Amino acid sequence: MQAIINRAKELLADGTVARVLGWKAGDLPYNPEPAYFETEESLKDFVYNGFCGANLSKYMIEASKLEGKTMVCLKPCDTYSFNQLIKEHRVDREKAYIIGVGCKGKLDIEKIRKMGIKGIESISGAELTEDADTLTIQTLYGEKTCAYADAMLERCHVCKGKEHKIYDELIGESKDTKDADRFEEVKRIEAMSPEEKFAFFQSELSKCIRCNACRNVCPACSCRKCVFDSNKFDSSQKANADSFEEKMFHIIRAFHVAGRCTDCGECSRVCPQGIPLHLFNRKFIKDIDELYGEYQAGEDTTSKAPLTSYTFEDAEPSIVGKRG
Amino acid sequence: MYKIAKENLSALFRKIAASQELYLPVKVSDQVNFRVWSEDAQVDLNTLKTVKSPKDAFFPQCENLYSVKKEGRKLSVEPGTLKEADFVVFGMKACDVQGIKVLDKVFLADPVDTYYAARREHGTIVAMACHEPEESCFCKVFGIDCADPASDVAVWMTEKELYWKPLTEKGQTLTESVKELLERADQKDEETIEEEKTKIRSIVEKLPYSGLSMEGWNGDALTERFNSAVWEELYKPCLACGTCTFVCPTCQCYDIKDYDTGHGIQRYRCWDSCMYSDFTMMAHGNNRTSQMQRFRQRFMHKLVYFPANNDGMYSCVGCGRCVEKCPASLNIVKVVKAFQKAGGEK
Amino acid sequence: MSIEEKEEFRPKIVAFCCNWCSYAGADLAGSSRLSYPADVKIIRVPCSCRVNPMFILRAFEKGADGVILCGCHPGDCHYSTGNFYARRRMTLLFSMLDYIGVENGRTRVEWVSAAEGVKFSQTMNEFVEKVRSLGKNVRLEDLRCRQ
Repeated sequence: MQAIINRAKELLADGTVARVLGWKAGDLPYNPEPAYFETEESLKDFVYNGFCGANLSKYMIEASKLEGKTMVCLKPCDTYSFNQLIKEHRVDREKAYIIGVGCKGKLDIEKIRKMGIKGIESISGAELTEDADTLTIQTLYGEKTCAYADAMLERCHVCKGKEHKIYDELIGESKDTKDADRFEEVKRIEAMSPEEKFAFFQSELSKCIRCNACRNVCPACSCRKCVFDSNKFDSSQKANADSFEEKMFHIIRAFHVAGRCTDCGECSRVCPQGIPLHLFNRKFIKDIDELYGEYQAGEDTTSKAPLTSYTFEDAEPSIVGKRG
Repeated sequence: MYKIAKENLSALFRKIAASQELYLPVKVSDQVNFRVWSEDAQVDLNTLKTVKSPKDAFFPQCENLYSVKKEGRKLSVEPGTLKEADFVVFGMKACDVQGIKVLDKVFLADPVDTYYAARREHGTIVAMACHEPEESCFCKVFGIDCADPASDVAVWMTEKELYWKPLTEKGQTLTESVKELLERADQKDEETIEEEKTKIRSIVEKLPYSGLSMEGWNGDALTERFNSAVWEELYKPCLACGTCTFVCPTCQCYDIKDYDTGHGIQRYRCWDSCMYSDFTMMAHGNNRTSQMQRFRQRFMHKLVYFPANNDGMYSCVGCGRCVEKCPASLNIVKVVKAFQKAGGEK
Repeated sequence: MSIEEKEEFRPKIVAFCCNWCSYAGADLAGSSRLSYPADVKIIRVPCSCRVNPMFILRAFEKGADGVILCGCHPGDCHYSTGNFYARRRMTLLFSMLDYIGVENGRTRVEWVSAAEGVKFSQTMNEFVEKVRSLGKNVRLEDLRCRQ
């Protein structure tokens, strides 16, 4: 973390960048917020630890409109989103000075809470300085410990790899955290009967409160005006007045980012109701991989996206029924 | 005061639900929210905070106001139905109860919101003490005592028992209807509860936010706070989603919309969020055009405009849901602290 | 037993037909006096790729029991490539609908040229039969739209 701060100070001092986009320490042990730093002095609040899960690529859309360059800290998975945004002309490569920061897996405070750990006063082991595999959590109800890996975000267990796809400089070590297949859950659902599938999604989606956090945090959701907000169109909804609307919103949202979603997992991270939204995106990714060849959005900035290309021999839609 | 063994709670719920609708914290797909009790519902009284506040029971996220039916060239209008049956909300917390008081100020003031008033009239609140307050809680800042919730019935839980204390006439009526399941508590039980209260209050003292100072936040601070430069910095991480407003027990803004059913129109109202770009959109456009303005609106409303119109009552109750749920880790506490810091540096 | 109870279920079908091939195919079916159920409601679109996934969902929302999309045969698109895009989109969308538990038989894509009046009527007869066997769509409708 100190190395990032030092480099940020240098870059600010020599005028390479006008501001730094990183994370600011929160007022609880687990809530750092995305923040801009414009002076050397303000960097004293800069933090980079296990709770810095936010994908800052999304913020670069706005930062690209500002005067001067922005030094942005991107984790390996965030660089996929950044590439994808370059491809869609939503960010300006020239306006970014990318520091690829190391990642040892990011933590999910909800998972810690689900373990029954509450009244958190302090957490040690979330800093990335030492190689801690255990979090030691001081709470009002006594000291608790849990394995770092058990508190990790779901997306880190199915990590795409710790290689930064785009950067100007790299700072910090990474550690491989992948220990599961990202399509495992999708396969499990695919194997269900229509009744079971429906019951599963109904129960998950009935929790949706239409806060739009999944959409607003998503780097692929960068439309100026979302179809679900447009008052010129009767699809505008602010609440799920009927269970149909929950499905409509989530299917259409996932469809709109199909082929563009890098599977960064931000939607599932921010959902206040813990809906596994990645299950929609990964279904599309899996289908695309199987039907149109392996494709990873954000791997590069030039390849053609699967939904804006075609071949004469593409599978017919009837394949859906035939695959069983 | 009465008591009931915890293993008999499902009998209690069954009994209440036999004569009226019962809302209580139910776990569905790993998340606890207030839902209607049913025989197979997974009731969870140990989770301190439901994701959404229980304000739904009185002010649902979506509610039909009237329907228009089209038959040939004739239009007929049918008003939405008002709540006519009694219901019970079990397991609200002291902060949630205060949240309802805030809503009362809005919806029961002239002109009275008949839909809300009907629900308030028919609803009985059973509030539960918070046995293990969490780090995101700051109800103490607003003078709320989570150890002794004031509502129709107050309940406390110990390891084996649930203690039940009716506080109002509605509470008495409910108690009468389930009396056969309750046992009278004795002096020793009273002492147990007093001990529990002391224990809870001592934990509350230790919470990180309990010392938060609300100095400078009141109706008189309007111009100074409104024009402050602090907002320009504060709003930046905000993603403009509505999480904070939808989990909040006091957010009361709503939008009214029409739904075309193909054979008529349903006019309904649903929660709105001041974080959304079309919030309070009017024919001439929108009077808040930037996210900074929208962000400012939320906190100014809670901490300045509302107290100015309601004898100093804040429309924040310190439940801490926004603290836990904001995707960008922003929250009302950070706002209050940022102003404190800016004030100190002046 | 009353007559009403015996009355069998008649599914509502929405068919999106491209202007250049399938709509003309439907025309031909009509002028050739080939029959297909009146429950099929045709919506003419300029090209099969004009059909946004939202159209499909919207049809279900308003009470359709099955939705079929008809366009020019691959390679014959009036705009050269429109149906190729539509093909990928619909494959993914139908797969997603199947994934959330909406029976796959309720959705279909068929390529029908302007000369294939017979194919059009056959396809529709088949599709209506299939949807009839699946029964009423209850998983993807907005209850407010029920009469």
